[in-house]
Amino acid sequence: MKKPFFFIFFFIMTASMMAQSGGELRFCLHSEPKTLNPVLMEDDSSETIRYLTGGVLMRVNRQTQELEPELATSWKVTDAGKTITFQLRKNVRFSDGTSFTAADVAYTMQLLMDPATHSPTGDAFRSGDGKVQTKVLAKNRISITFPSPISGLDKLFDQVAIMSATSPLKEMAVLGPYMVAENKAGSYLLLKRNPNYWKRDANGRQLPYIDSVRLDIQQNRDIEMVRLTHGEIDLINSLDAEYFDKLESTDRSMAHDAGVSLDAEFMWFNQVPNSPLPAYKKAWFTSTNFRRAISESINRSDMARIVFRGHAQAAIGPVSPANKFWFNAKLQPHPFDQKAALQLLAQDGFHLQGDTLRDRDGHAVEFSIMTNSGNKYRERMATMMQQDLSGIGITLNVVTLDFPSLIERMTRSFDYEACLLGLVNTDLDPNSVMNIWLSSSENHQWNPGQKTPATAWEAEIDRLMKAQASSLDPNKRKEYFDKVQEVAWQQEPFIYLINKNALSAVSPSLHNVHPVALRPQVYWNIDQLSLTSEVAGNR
Amino acid sequence: MKYARLVAIGILVAVAAACLLANFLAPAPYAHQYREIPDASPSHQHLLGTDDLGRDRFSRLLYGTRVSLLLAPAAALLSSLLAGLIGGIAGFAGGRTERMVMAATDLFLSLPWLFLLITVRAVLPLNVAPLTSVIITFALLGCLGWAGAARVICADARTFSQSDFLVQARATGSSGFRLLWRHLIPNLRPILFAQFWISIPVFILTEANLGILGLGVAEPLPSWGSLLRELESFSTVSTQPWQFVPLILFIVVVSSFHLVLTRQELPT
Amino acid sequence: MVVLLGGFLGATLVRFAPGFGVDEEELDTRLSSRSVEALRATDQPDRNLFRFYVHYLGRLMQGDLGESRSLQRPVSQLLAERLPETLKSVGLGLGLGWSLALPLAITVVMVRAWLLDAISNVLVGALLCIPAAVLALLFVMEQVPARLLLSLVVFPKVFRYSRNLLVRSSELPHVLTARAKGLGNIRVLVWHILPNAAPQLVALAGVSLSLAFAAAIPVEALCDLPGIGQLAWKAALGRDVALLVNLTMIVTLVTLIANSASDLVGQRFHAGEP
Repeated sequence: MKKPFFFIFFFIMTASMMAQSGGELRFCLHSEPKTLNPVLMEDDSSETIRYLTGGVLMRVNRQTQELEPELATSWKVTDAGKTITFQLRKNVRFSDGTSFTAADVAYTMQLLMDPATHSPTGDAFRSGDGKVQTKVLAKNRISITFPSPISGLDKLFDQVAIMSATSPLKEMAVLGPYMVAENKAGSYLLLKRNPNYWKRDANGRQLPYIDSVRLDIQQNRDIEMVRLTHGEIDLINSLDAEYFDKLESTDRSMAHDAGVSLDAEFMWFNQVPNSPLPAYKKAWFTSTNFRRAISESINRSDMARIVFRGHAQAAIGPVSPANKFWFNAKLQPHPFDQKAALQLLAQDGFHLQGDTLRDRDGHAVEFSIMTNSGNKYRERMATMMQQDLSGIGITLNVVTLDFPSLIERMTRSFDYEACLLGLVNTDLDPNSVMNIWLSSSENHQWNPGQKTPATAWEAEIDRLMKAQASSLDPNKRKEYFDKVQEVAWQQEPFIYLINKNALSAVSPSLHNVHPVALRPQVYWNIDQLSLTSEVAGNR
Repeated sequence: MKYARLVAIGILVAVAAACLLANFLAPAPYAHQYREIPDASPSHQHLLGTDDLGRDRFSRLLYGTRVSLLLAPAAALLSSLLAGLIGGIAGFAGGRTERMVMAATDLFLSLPWLFLLITVRAVLPLNVAPLTSVIITFALLGCLGWAGAARVICADARTFSQSDFLVQARATGSSGFRLLWRHLIPNLRPILFAQFWISIPVFILTEANLGILGLGVAEPLPSWGSLLRELESFSTVSTQPWQFVPLILFIVVVSSFHLVLTRQELPT
Repeated sequence: MVVLLGGFLGATLVRFAPGFGVDEEELDTRLSSRSVEALRATDQPDRNLFRFYVHYLGRLMQGDLGESRSLQRPVSQLLAERLPETLKSVGLGLGLGWSLALPLAITVVMVRAWLLDAISNVLVGALLCIPAAVLALLFVMEQVPARLLLSLVVFPKVFRYSRNLLVRSSELPHVLTARAKGLGNIRVLVWHILPNAAPQLVALAGVSLSLAFAAAIPVEALCDLPGIGQLAWKAALGRDVALLVNLTMIVTLVTLIANSASDLVGQRFHAGEP
C-alpha cells in the first residue's frame, strides 16, 4: 500500500520541482557584442554578456543598492583605501572544471590594469601612476594594493569578471550562471547553464533555474515590440515610452515602470576658445547669464509629458534622484520663466527687437543644436526647444547627424554650437563621472583638455572633485560632491533637461521578476528567474 | 481611358493648387505645437488630428506637399535627362565610347555615395535654412540617380542605332543631330518616362531616409518623406488610421503622374 | 582594373568624409585621458590614403583582405559568413521579383484591357510609395519571412520598365503586320514582341542585379538579416575603411560581371535577328 503513495509523492515532488526550472529565456540585444573578453568590454551588448556569464567577487544588489558577497565571502579595505584583502569562496570551479583560486583574481587584476589594454573597467581603478601589486596570501586569500587610495573601492569590483589564469579555454571559461554555447555572428548568441555554478537556492538546489538564454540581435525596436506581443521574446529590458503606453493599454501586467532612472538627457554649449565660431557667439556661450536664461526658457515639464508620455521628470542637476545617497536633495528644479530669462539676458545687453532677440552689437540670436539622428526622443525634444526659444525671440536650428560626424564635431573640429545628448549611468559613485568634471579631461565636453582651468568655477569643481576622490569618509565625500552639484546648478555648463523613468516589459510567463531602476533592470537576478512550466516545457 | 487621364490631370492640378495656396488653406501654422492635444483624433479644428508634438497634420500635409511635389519631380527630371543623355550618346556612338562610358557608369553605380552625402552635410554651414538643405538634397539625388537607367537606355539606343529604320533615315541624308532629335529621342521616350515616374517616389522616400545623415528636410519643415516616417512606428499604425492619409495621397499622385505621362495607349 | 579603381575611389570617399577615425567608445567616461589618446591613435595607419591602399593591394596579393576595425575580425571571415545570406536574399528577391513582374507586364500588353493596366499601375505605384520600413514592419507582424521584402523592391521597377518596353515593341510596324496577317497572339508575342525588346530586357536584368544589391543594404539593416548589406551599413556608420574598400570592390565586380554578361547576351540576340 505504501509503495504507490511513495511513487506518486515522488512524482509530484519532481513534477513541481521541474515546473520551476528549465526552459529558455529569450530577449534581444540591440547591437552585436564587440568582444567576449570581459577585460576589453565597453559596449552595452558585451556588458550584458558579461553580466550573464561573468562571476564577480562582490555584486551591488540592484534593488537595495548595497554590496553583497559573491565569490568573495568577506573583504576588508585597509591602508587608508590603498589595499583591499579578499577571503574567497572555497571549492568553486570554472565552467570547464578548472579550480578557482586567488591566482585567478591576481591574473584578472593584472590583465585589467595592463596599460596596453586601455580597459574602461581598469581605468576606473587607475588612481595614480604606479603598478598595482597583487599578493596571493593563501589559496583563497588575496590582497591587492593600489598606488594611491581609491574611494569607493569595493563597489568597483561589481564590474570585474574573474577570468581563469590556467584554463585552456581562456575567457570562455566562466564563473557566472551561464556560459556562451553558440555565437552566430550578427544573428544571435545562445547561453547555456554553467554546470559548475556555485550558487544554490534556499533548498539547496543549484541555480540558475532557467536552462538557457537566447539573445537575438535586433536593432529595430518596432520589430522587437511586435515580437514581444507575439510571444517570441520574453522581455524588453529598456522600453521606449511610446511602446509602454501601447503595452499598458493591451496588457497591463506586462508593462513595468520602476520609477526614475539614472539616465539623463542634457544639452551644452560649445565653450572651446579656439573653435571656428564667430567671436560674438563665443561670447554668448561663455556667459552664465545666457546659459541660465536658455535653461529657464525651456519647458521641461511639457517635454516630460509629451515626448516621454509622462514617464520622465524634469532633471535638476548632474545627479538623478534615483541615486539616493549622492543626490543633493537641497537643489530645486530650474523654473520655467521666460520673463525672468529675458531679464537675465538684459543684464548681458540682449534686447528684444520686435520678434527677434538681438545682442548688444545687434546680431540676431540664432544658433544650431546638433543631436544624433535615429533617436526620435531627442529630435522631438529639440523641436520642442525650437518653439520654446522662439518665445524669447531666439531662432534654433535643429541638425541631426550620424554619430561619427557628431563625435568628430564634438571632439576634433569643435565646429558646433550646441549639442543635445544623453548619459546612461550605470555607476552610482561620483568617481565614475570624474572625467566629465575635471577640466583637464578629454571628456569635459564643453571645453575638453584644458591645460589650466578656464574659469574660476571650473577650478573650484576640479578642487572639489579631487577632494572627494581622496577622502575615504562617505559623508565627507558627499559634502564635497554636493557642492559640485551646486556649482553645476548655478553655472549650467550642462543644461540638464530630463531624467527618464526605467521602463521595461516582461512576459507573464516569467516569474520572480522585480524590475528596478538600475541596469540591468529586469534580469539583474537572472539566476533566480523562472519560467512557467508549460512555457518551459515547450522550449 | 481618356476620362481616366482627365481625372488624373484634374487630381494633379487640384493637389498643386492646394499646396500653392497652403498659406490660405492651412488651418494652423505647420510648426505650431498645440501642446495640450498631442496625438489628437481628427476634429473640426484639426482635420487630420495632430501629430505627437501637437502640430496640425493637415497643415503639415499641405506644406509638405509643396516641398515634395515641387522638388522631387525636378530631381527626377534631372536624373532622367542625365540618364538619357549619357546612355543615349553612348549607345548611339557605340564601340569604344560605349564601353568606356558604360564602365564608368558601372563604377558610378557601385561606389558608396553615402560618404559624399555626409561630406556635403559637413561642408554646409550648421545654420542653413531648412528649405536650402532640402533643395540641395534633391539636387544631389538628381545628380546621383541616373546610373541605373543609363544602362538600359544605352542598350536601347544601341539597338536603335543598328536598326533598319535608322539606316533608312541615314540613307535619306539626315545628319547626326537631326537623327538624334527626330528619331532617337522619341524612341527612348518610354524608358525615360519609366525612369522619371519611378524616380519620383524613390527620391521622396530617399529624402526621408537621408534624415539619418542630417540632410533632407530639417525641423520644423515637413515633407512627404518625413510624414511617412510616422508610419514606421508600431504603436500608431493600428490605432490611428488617419495617419495613412499622406500615404494614400502619395499613391494617388504617383498614379496620376503615370496616367498623365503614358501618352501611348495600349493598342486596341 | 575598374574594380581596383572602384576600391580606391571608395576608400577616398570614406577617408575624407567627416567622422573618419572617430570611435564612439571615446565618449566612455570611465576612460582615462591616456586611454582616450591611445584610442584616437589606433586609426593612424589608415590616415594616409595612398599608403593604406598600397599596403592593402600588397596584402590582397597574398589573399589577406585586411582586418575590420569596427568589428575587430578579419574581413575575409566576415565576408565568408555573410555572403551566403545575402546571395540567398538577392537570388530570392530577383527570382520572385522578375517572375512576378514579367508575366504581369506580358499579360497587360497582351490582354490590352485598360482596366488591368490601370489596376496594375496603381498596385505598382503603391509598392513604390510605401517606405521599406513600413513594409518590413508589416512582414514581421504577419510573420512573413523578411527576405521576401527584396522582391517587393525589385518588382515595381522591373514591371514598369518591361511594360513600357513591351508596349513600345508591340507597336512596331512588323508586329502590326504580323497581326494583320492573322498570326495568333502567342506567336506574335514570342516571335516578334519579345525578341525586339530582348536586348533592353537583358540590360535591365543586369541593372536589376545591382539594384537588388543596393536595396539589400537598407532591407538587411531594417530586418536584422546578417548579410553583406548589414555589414556595409555598419561599416558605413563606423567609417571602417578596410571593410568598405572590400565591399566596394565586390559590388563593382558583381556589377561589371552582371552588365558584361547582359551585354554579351544582348549582342547574341541582336546577331540572331534577321
